[in-house]
Amino acid sequence: MVELVDETPRTKSLVLDLPDWQGHRAGQHVDVRLTAEDGYQAERSYSIASSPEDAQLVLTVERLDDGEVSPYLVDVLRPGDELELRGPIGGYFVWEESLGGPLLLVAGGSGVVPFRAMLRHRLASGSDVAVRLLYSSRSLDQVIYRKELEEAGTAEGIEVDLTLTREWPEDWKGHRGRIDAQLLEQVGWSPADRPQIYSCGPTPLVESVADSLVAAGHDQRRIRLERFGPTGT
Amino acid sequence: MSPISRGFLGRRHRVDDPSRVPPGQYVTEDFPVLSAGPTPHTPLDQWTFEIAGEVDQPASWSWEEFLALPAETPTVDIHCVTKWSKLDTPWKGVSVDTLLERVVTEAGYLTAFCDGGYTTNLALEDVTDGKAWVAYEFAGAPLESEHGGPARLLVPHLYFWKSAKWVRGLRLTATDAPGFWEGYGYHNHGDPWLEQRYQGD
Repeated sequence: MVELVDETPRTKSLVLDLPDWQGHRAGQHVDVRLTAEDGYQAERSYSIASSPEDAQLVLTVERLDDGEVSPYLVDVLRPGDELELRGPIGGYFVWEESLGGPLLLVAGGSGVVPFRAMLRHRLASGSDVAVRLLYSSRSLDQVIYRKELEEAGTAEGIEVDLTLTREWPEDWKGHRGRIDAQLLEQVGWSPADRPQIYSCGPTPLVESVADSLVAAGHDQRRIRLERFGPTGT
Repeated sequence: MSPISRGFLGRRHRVDDPSRVPPGQYVTEDFPVLSAGPTPHTPLDQWTFEIAGEVDQPASWSWEEFLALPAETPTVDIHCVTKWSKLDTPWKGVSVDTLLERVVTEAGYLTAFCDGGYTTNLALEDVTDGKAWVAYEFAGAPLESEHGGPARLLVPHLYFWKSAKWVRGLRLTATDAPGFWEGYGYHNHGDPWLEQRYQGD
């Protein structure tokens, strides 16, 4: 690991220098394996935050207080330390230009990580696919990549919508409250636009987003989901 | 040989009995939900279960007919490729042996097919002789849709993606063909004790 970037109070990005990396597609993940001195091992999966075009691989990790691997990655790992990785893994929750668009990306919490990779890939590859990202966080200080997302949202064809669910500044101009059918209709595409839809976040959010989108008439075969939780990926 | 992770001690679960928890897995009390697409909600009066493909005569059951089949109540350990294992999970369902009694086949493989389009492939020998069920109850209650209800395949000796949610039938085949995750780089067989997570393992 060459650099550690503070994203939010609970979240850090690990910038990795991988001499033999075979490349990846936006949306894929890696397995990280930790080994204690006595040989004990623990493994978890983390989404890749960097685009295929980026020179270094970036993982963004949220510390789960009762977690085993994430507290180590966020609190103990230091630049210069070695990390054992396996990947890239997963070929379904990926986006690349050939899949077309328009794109609707719906994230909760650190579920935004694979979408950073997709947005960066969309920008770096010169694609003109229209992208709408709807991203839910508890509060403004929990928003990961806030500056980068605001900048991406100024690019032609990219719209970024944030919603805050627990607390928001008085002058907050974004959305308030959880992502529901109404917000998805307001921000997302019409089923007639045949968007490619990706949603990533905690299971309750992803389940409810997918149910709302199917009920609104979106093609379930164009909805790709990735869930996580303290015990999932 | 894995490099030592400086300062890593781990939060070891004392309860993790190595004879029951495969390599690389940890035990959870939760029941995490993982699926690639939206949860389908097929009305029970439109639900059927089929055995199709290379059989003398395809078999099909309505929901009521399915519930009337002899049921078993296996309590098994399950292992997800995303590293969690859950021990002593109580199910109720119909043994795949019971379902296959209705057909004559020389097929060696099958593809389980599901609402939502999910598929997974299995060798027939991995689902016979008491190794697999089509389960419709978990812990004494109807199986919740997010966990695969009304019915899911249960093949506990393989990684849990083989236990297809929302299963609607088994298509028997002479040759093996990859299912959904198997086509995206996951292992064709998926034995957790051999850590067959991904292709090449």
